[in-house]
Amino acid sequence: MTDATLNALPIAASDELESPARRALRRLFKRKGAVAGLVVIATFVLLALFAPLIVPFDPIATSWSLVRKPPSALHWFGTDELGRDILARVVYGARASLLAGAISVGIALSIGVPLGLLSGYRGGFIDALISRITDAMLACPFLILAIALAAFLGPSLGNAMIAIGISATPIFVRLTRGQVMSVKVEDYVEAARAMGNPRWRIALFHILPNIMPALLVQATLSIAAAIIAEAALSFLGLGQQPPAPSWGSMLNAAQRFLTNAPWMAIWPGLAIFLVVLSFNLVGDGLRDALDPRER
Amino acid sequence: MLNFLARRIVQLIPTLFFVSVLIFSLQQLLPGDPALVMAGEERDPDVIAQIRQQYRLDQPVPVQYVYWIKGVLSGDFGESLRNKVSVRELIGQKLPVTMQLASMAIVIAFLIGIPAGIISAVKKGTAWDYGANLFALWGISTPNFWLGIMLIFLFSIKLGWLPASGYVPLTENWRASLSSTIMPAFVLGNAIAAILMRHTRSAMLQVLESDYVRTARAKGLSERSVILKHAMRNALTPIITLGALELGTLLSGAVLTEQIFSIPGFGKLIVDAVFNRDYAVVQGVVLVTATIYITLNLIADIAYVLVNPRLRA
Repeated sequence: MTDATLNALPIAASDELESPARRALRRLFKRKGAVAGLVVIATFVLLALFAPLIVPFDPIATSWSLVRKPPSALHWFGTDELGRDILARVVYGARASLLAGAISVGIALSIGVPLGLLSGYRGGFIDALISRITDAMLACPFLILAIALAAFLGPSLGNAMIAIGISATPIFVRLTRGQVMSVKVEDYVEAARAMGNPRWRIALFHILPNIMPALLVQATLSIAAAIIAEAALSFLGLGQQPPAPSWGSMLNAAQRFLTNAPWMAIWPGLAIFLVVLSFNLVGDGLRDALDPRER
Repeated sequence: MLNFLARRIVQLIPTLFFVSVLIFSLQQLLPGDPALVMAGEERDPDVIAQIRQQYRLDQPVPVQYVYWIKGVLSGDFGESLRNKVSVRELIGQKLPVTMQLASMAIVIAFLIGIPAGIISAVKKGTAWDYGANLFALWGISTPNFWLGIMLIFLFSIKLGWLPASGYVPLTENWRASLSSTIMPAFVLGNAIAAILMRHTRSAMLQVLESDYVRTARAKGLSERSVILKHAMRNALTPIITLGALELGTLLSGAVLTEQIFSIPGFGKLIVDAVFNRDYAVVQGVVLVTATIYITLNLIADIAYVLVNPRLRA
């Protein structure tokens, strides 16, 4: 009992002194799932960056004497239908996946957030117009819209990223708009307006920083969805083009040789699963860490 | 209620209009001369002329849109350039297959997701809760095409229990039909089960803290009756409508799942159309999907009002 009262005070005091960002980080690091997720993501980022130093094999070098060999001491993950080392392809494939996750969410943020700010803050006709377009885009299921866009843009990793980015945009417009609507009636926004700040300044410097936590959580979860979407598009042949390695296209090839070479299907799928799981864990952790009700 | 309904339906009109503009403008993304791109490699002059005529490519874009939307409104989505079949006919053939798959998936999702959510809320903080949360995380993070491939490997190749691909219509042989669709339905249902579990859990946790549950407990009712009769009924109302909204996830998932299991449904139709550069089919499929989704949203909204007496007014 005395322990509890003794401990309660310093924690409360330190809570008030530290910045919100620091507090969120401290609380994030307390969550085992989120920390594990961060470690896995960091590992994959390092693998992607230093791929040539890590794997001794060329991911696109074919060898007819090594066609579909099971995992061995030399080729840990086995080889594929063209005799390429699967470990090398999984490691190099991380580049396409992570890049697609980051860039497509970057596209969605850079289009969605300004539109959401404009829509939520200005209101009126602009708001009605942006909201209806957002509704229309949200009415098309995410992956179907991405496939349709990628189909019309033409198959390439770059176009897949654009297609996924555009498909993910309406979520950010709607989230930003909703957040702006709830924040713009706060006293500090009123105060900023009373001081004669121009609208763009209030939107960028008073409203935007306050809606960052929600955007950060959504962005993290959207990276997970974008990585799955990239793998899906590559699986269908609309993303990364052969012979460049990508997890989705590796799975597509693997399905044809499932009877004779099941190892081809295990590793790329496991890689997608691990990375997506990690981003989901970090996203969930961030949501809890940034929730003001859970202090 | 009538007022609400009228307002909701009027709101749909601009949304549907923008959906149609969005889908129509997809063809503006085609690089170069759309007629040449749509005609494919052969560049048959007859086909090119037909495309120009069908899409009225010699007219300004807004005029093209008006012609296109006029056709769509009378049920004419154009003609598949590959099969020479009307897009409407193709969609009519494929939609029931996906509907069967989707219904089975929803049933599976509810059967797994709701009990898991209830158990994890009731046993909050225990190993059960932990396990159910792990299951949800797994369900959300597993790419459904990978799960599909792994299930084929296990149940078709290793154990030989289920067919790896193909589809038998329900009317032809219901047993064969079920065994050809159970794996893909599970793959689709699994992801939705995870989402339903999370929502059920948080709704149940909220309800379990409410006053009427405390009253029910204070009356001395058995825990079983408190949870099943008092808490669950109230917690599940929003969940049922949520199930309808997950249809978007379901249709997205169907694209890859049908591809993997070679099921000739809606999802496979769009993929084949993409490969064949059959753009009219792609547009038709997306438009129908969006319309179904919007309609289900409306039904879910109405159902929500109907089951919630406080909103009925």
